[in-house]
Amino acid sequence: MSTTPQAATPEELKQRIEAEIPGASAEVTGDGHHFYAVVSSPEFHGLSRIAQHRRVYEVFGPEVGDRIHALSIQTTTPQETA
Amino acid sequence: MTDQTRNPLRDEIRRAIDENPVLLFMKGTPDQPACGFSARTVAVLQSLGRPFAAVDILPDPRIRQELSALSNWPTIPQLFVDGELVGGCDIVTEMYQSGELQEVLGLDNGAPAEDIPEPGPAEPAPLSIENRL
Repeated sequence: MSTTPQAATPEELKQRIEAEIPGASAEVTGDGHHFYAVVSSPEFHGLSRIAQHRRVYEVFGPEVGDRIHALSIQTTTPQETA
Repeated sequence: MTDQTRNPLRDEIRRAIDENPVLLFMKGTPDQPACGFSARTVAVLQSLGRPFAAVDILPDPRIRQELSALSNWPTIPQLFVDGELVGGCDIVTEMYQSGELQEVLGLDNGAPAEDIPEPGPAEPAPLSIENRL
């Protein structure tokens, strides 16, 4: 929950997604401003794409658009990835 | 964060969503997008030849605040079809590639967009929410 002034890193985003979404595994790339996250979680099962993406955005709240300037998301459920 | 007080700007946004079957909230205009994600979304829609209305959210920062509060979606662009949020750039692109977007837009030509040789119909002038208050 820290609001550190430091630039966000892909590793930080990955850890926070994996900590807050049960069973999630995330691959995050980015340059400190624009990030791209591929997130897989059994939680997404049965959710619409919109709902899946919202779940990921919720991890970062108001940081999206601010400290995390842009966050592109691709979501899958483990079955789809398998 | 939902407040019950009257909110004319939010009402205008809601009205724009209700009145326009295909509506894109974006940064800049379809002719001059001000952000890569908006530009990509415009390009997808234009390649499908489906006319759409557009709202530039940049002139007034409150538009974005109210829109995001209304849609529960933090980023721009946001595409609405028949009053429903379809998604932002990622989802629109993904749905375009899978053919779902064409379905949602009621275009049942399964033809890939690259095969559409003619430019779509002229876009209507962008809506200016801030001028309607």
